[in-house]
Amino acid sequence: MNQRRSASRCAELFDILDEVKDPEIPVLSIWDLGILQDVDLENETVRVVITPTYSGCPAMQQITQDIEAALREAGFTSVEIKQQLIPAWTTDWLDADARKRLREFGIAGPGKTACPQCGSTDVTQISEFGSTSCKSLMRCNACQEPFDQFKRF
Amino acid sequence: MTEANSDIAEYSLRLGDDALILAQRLCEWCADAPLLEEDIAIANVGLDYIGRARMFLQYAGELTGSSEDELAYLRDSAEFRNLLMVELPRGDFAFSMVRQYLLDEYESLFFAGLKQSKDANLAGIAEKTLKEVHYHLRRSREWMRRLALGTEESHRRSQDAIDELWGYVAEFFESDEVEERLVGLGIAVERRDLEQAWRASVGELAAKTGLMVPDDDLRQTGGRSGVHTEHLGHLLAEMQFVQRSYPGLKW
Repeated sequence: MNQRRSASRCAELFDILDEVKDPEIPVLSIWDLGILQDVDLENETVRVVITPTYSGCPAMQQITQDIEAALREAGFTSVEIKQQLIPAWTTDWLDADARKRLREFGIAGPGKTACPQCGSTDVTQISEFGSTSCKSLMRCNACQEPFDQFKRF
Repeated sequence: MTEANSDIAEYSLRLGDDALILAQRLCEWCADAPLLEEDIAIANVGLDYIGRARMFLQYAGELTGSSEDELAYLRDSAEFRNLLMVELPRGDFAFSMVRQYLLDEYESLFFAGLKQSKDANLAGIAEKTLKEVHYHLRRSREWMRRLALGTEESHRRSQDAIDELWGYVAEFFESDEVEERLVGLGIAVERRDLEQAWRASVGELAAKTGLMVPDDDLRQTGGRSGVHTEHLGHLLAEMQFVQRSYPGLKW
């Protein structure tokens, strides 16, 4: 993924879209999450390729509008957004830095679970299904705090 | 439109309708599930189905020149192509959960097959869907054990549900000319081939939980050709009324 960005002739467009965050998790951009797959400029039209996290994620609508708004503000009025399904989105695309910001925001990252408050690994899953499709509901047995975990997907 | 494209549109419509109608039934539990965590879980699963419905209906609409909203809100019951099982009223919690389990076992086989489709759009939707089906199945299997091995009442209700639902299982594995042609092109899944594996999985869980697998006397089918139970019309009345009363209304 990173290669697609570093090799892109549209680095500036990627930078603009770094301003578009997930509406539920404002510490992560759509690039951090792997929602933003590619962006290109062709005859003054910006073509953006995104992939949904979960098929029913209601944030996708908001994200689409936010992409258009960010590009418009930067002077690009012609924007085409295409949704792509392959490769299917996976939490494996979250890098170490994104996981760290997620933890600081109070959400445990996917994979091995540690309480984002006290760091204990003595945790219990309350429910695999949490406040949004992408999160499970957990509880820390050490500090007793409930917390969200980004599901491994 | 070529015959192949018209068949693909019909196929995508069928799969979209399965997801749309079940989503509606699942979301009827929102704020009414037996416990808070389950309320959240069932609505989450419903949301996955709505997302799936949109992907299939968008694709069907691209091929036929209609929008996903027109397909969802402006067709009448005889034009819907969903499996009958998904339109049955939600019943009690055991009924909804047994239905979910029977469907999840079926979907895990079906979408694994559709992932191999030669149609890139269908294969893409299937790949996305299959990941979600896996955790749906994990949840419904767990509930099956909990209900069937729980109290006498939860066991009885689970058995009643499986008895009631069994007559609608035949339709999972029934094919027709449209699907046969698409199977020939490597686009659709040969559903008859899924039956043995499905029966093995369901039979294994039933044996472990003391549920009796019913006889196959009743084979109620017709959803794929638009012959529905009376329940679908009532569901559509609720789902479609805003769009019917205020034509063209947008969010």
